[in-house]
Amino acid sequence: MMLTDFPLFPEQASTMAKQVDALYIMLTVVTGAVSVLIFTMIFVLAIIYRRRPDNELAEEEEAPKALEIAWIVIPFIFFMATFVWGSWLYFELARVPDNALDIYATGKQWMWKFQHPSGQREINMLHVPVNRPIRVTMASEDVIHSLFFPYFRTKADVLPNRYRTLWFQATKTGRFHIFCAEYCGTLHSGMIGWVEVMEPTDYQKWLAGGTEGSLASQGEKLFEKYACATCHTNDATGRGPVLVGLFGKTVTLSDNRTVVADENYIRESILNPQEKIVKGFGPIMPTFQGQVNEEDLLKLLAYIKSLTPPPPSAPLSPQAGRGAGGEGPKG
Amino acid sequence: MTSVTYHDVQFLEPAKTRNYLNVDYGALSWLLTKDHKRIGILYMFSISIMFILGGFFAMMMRLELLTPEGDLLTSDTYNKFFTLHGIIMIFFFLIPSIPAVLGNFILPIQLGAKDLAFPKINLLSWYLYMIGAFFGLLVIILGGVDTGWTFYTPFSTQYSNMHVLGTTFGAFIVGFSSILTGLNFIVTIHRMRAPGLTWFRLPLFVWAMYATSLVQLLATPVLAITLVMLMIERVVHVGIFDPALGGDPLLYQHMFWFYSHPAVYIMILPAMGVASEVVAAFTRKKIFGYKFVAFSSLAIAFLGFLVWAHHMFVAGISVYSAMIFSFLSYFVAVPSAIKVFNWTATLYKGSVSWQTPMLYILGFIGLFTMGGVTGLFLAALGLDVHVTDTYFVVAHFHYIMVGGAVMAYFAGIHYWWPKITGRMYPEWWARLSALLVFAGFNLTFFPQFILGYVGMPRRYHAYAPEFQVLNVMSTAGASILALGYALPLVYLLWSLRFGKKAGVNPWGAVGLEWTTNSPPPKDNFHETPVVTWEAYDYPAMLKAMGETQNV
Repeated sequence: MMLTDFPLFPEQASTMAKQVDALYIMLTVVTGAVSVLIFTMIFVLAIIYRRRPDNELAEEEEAPKALEIAWIVIPFIFFMATFVWGSWLYFELARVPDNALDIYATGKQWMWKFQHPSGQREINMLHVPVNRPIRVTMASEDVIHSLFFPYFRTKADVLPNRYRTLWFQATKTGRFHIFCAEYCGTLHSGMIGWVEVMEPTDYQKWLAGGTEGSLASQGEKLFEKYACATCHTNDATGRGPVLVGLFGKTVTLSDNRTVVADENYIRESILNPQEKIVKGFGPIMPTFQGQVNEEDLLKLLAYIKSLTPPPPSAPLSPQAGRGAGGEGPKG
Repeated sequence: MTSVTYHDVQFLEPAKTRNYLNVDYGALSWLLTKDHKRIGILYMFSISIMFILGGFFAMMMRLELLTPEGDLLTSDTYNKFFTLHGIIMIFFFLIPSIPAVLGNFILPIQLGAKDLAFPKINLLSWYLYMIGAFFGLLVIILGGVDTGWTFYTPFSTQYSNMHVLGTTFGAFIVGFSSILTGLNFIVTIHRMRAPGLTWFRLPLFVWAMYATSLVQLLATPVLAITLVMLMIERVVHVGIFDPALGGDPLLYQHMFWFYSHPAVYIMILPAMGVASEVVAAFTRKKIFGYKFVAFSSLAIAFLGFLVWAHHMFVAGISVYSAMIFSFLSYFVAVPSAIKVFNWTATLYKGSVSWQTPMLYILGFIGLFTMGGVTGLFLAALGLDVHVTDTYFVVAHFHYIMVGGAVMAYFAGIHYWWPKITGRMYPEWWARLSALLVFAGFNLTFFPQFILGYVGMPRRYHAYAPEFQVLNVMSTAGASILALGYALPLVYLLWSLRFGKKAGVNPWGAVGLEWTTNSPPPKDNFHETPVVTWEAYDYPAMLKAMGETQNV
């Protein structure tokens, strides 16, 4: 085995990697120095003051108060500095840049399924362009998983029945590990894959490969298949609320609560529509729990996100941006 | 330097004195005993078996991880082994270790009491422990359980086909053993101190046991409730934690860690108590900053209740609640740091002996320090995102639990062994074991910090080839560690028959337990001691002890 088989650091392959490593190195240096100091003190004091002869007693020494105060206050200041630095990083990791490319992920015992907005699907393999923020929206079909990109220094637990997001921006091309970090059963250690970071032109070429149409257009087909348009019409005459321009808007419910129509709201409204009824509508929508699987839900979500009102002068495009973007930090 | 010829004082030890071991004989005299010392021995016997069993599972895991491929065990077997390793070591070894063995034996004697406040409840605690252990072991025979010791939902309620019910029931039962022990200790410390033994004259071991008992009493019921909810969901499918039934899996994690984080302090606070006793005895000196050390135990017990969600920074809690839990986690680091600094400073101008218990405790201070400072990494939110659920966490908590709690348990066993058995163990072999444990431990777990940072997730049966070198180091270390743990088992048993007679006070230590015979009589003291000295006040105490014995 060679020295190259002995990694001390994972590769820094994302914008956040250097920043996380900086805090790690600072903590290693400071706590390492303090630990070495304590070990040295213990060793040196235990030798200098070793017992001889056998019946020797210690000198009684009262502890100076100043020393006690010092070793309470000084570490505490250091702890608070670490707290602030760590929290700042956490907010950076939670705040998705506005121009992020959307990727959808589904965790399932024991594989990772990824869907691209243009309709490509892949398993245990994720192709992304370099130098572009990628937002992964994800849910689990069964138990809790955790999507872990060690070389991007980020991970997030993937929960059943709830969307979570993480983001990264890869800074170099190549293949990097994807691991499942939350124990999920028999083949937990086999729930691994690779993220292939490509030059944007190569990524475009890869996208041009075979597809069943964009994710939103696949969602549109499902929208027709489940006859959603019967009630959710494009004008205010339908029995269900208008979905055009809904995503990211604030919705008033029948009990006068307001909610933001984000991914989790739309998911819940499909699977469990009785939970949050929009003001002015009746509780008539049937539940789709158990009928729409996670991947189809993501397609429907992509379609609903794509429904933006036509700007006054431009024709309607199903691929237009998805309106109000910033969803703020999400834990 | 002053010196006192304390060992010239002849303690009166009539040859035919009855002690707690020979006062009566037969299996029933043990199984129905109400003597806290005998119950301590029963616990020592039971948890030693559990330690060997948990150690076996650990060793099998380390052997599997020698190569990247999953070739020695199947995935399911590996998953069962790490689950059983965790459950056995935490619920059936670490939590009862120091309190139920050393606390049971030593605490009443340190207080100058004849027994604990509720001797029958004390016996009941041991029986509850045994019933819980029975279910735990039954599950192994029936085929094992593979949820991890954390029993995370919905995996444990919907997807694991194995014996989750039996295991959680075992953990539920053993929890009551822990609650009753805590209750017993609290009442005993309040009500049964010897005349003159005021709160600030108490040995620091008593303070630590008091803080531990509070946590046992207040946190363990939450675990019991959580496990009952888990069982209800699994059996009758009431949706509590499972989203498919309308529950919330994060609710389970909150409830589980509300107990299981304080449980870390149930394991480490007693270890800190042993460290204070041993440092005082083997420097022949008052612990530096006695009150700071005493109150830091209570501070840890209190703050320990406020930091549970730091196990959940990537689980899906809001960024603001994560911030609060990170902030509070740094608070709990302060009292731990106070203790480390005070123990170290106590060596200054001490009369430092390098005997076995002290070697173990010096090792403990070093390893606990490393476990503590790596906790600072994990409490830093943005850094935790990367290292949580990796081997970094595994290394961190083994430094606290094994480098801390187990080292201190072994220190305590060696320190009080002469009192418990009346015999000395072979010093040379014991020092060798302390060194082997220290070296083996570091070789096992230090590489795991690096392994975690380079990205190896925990609970992996097979792993990427670039992680192999560090894993080989870790497995090699585990072999040395196993040898270090096996040695005491041999020479301690050997000492029962062949060890030198210990006498009343073989260490020249102070404390009420060193004023009575070894082994102590059934009622601990021939007459109730009266305490006129401060804790660890060597000159005053040796003088008083000498006078008492000369009367």
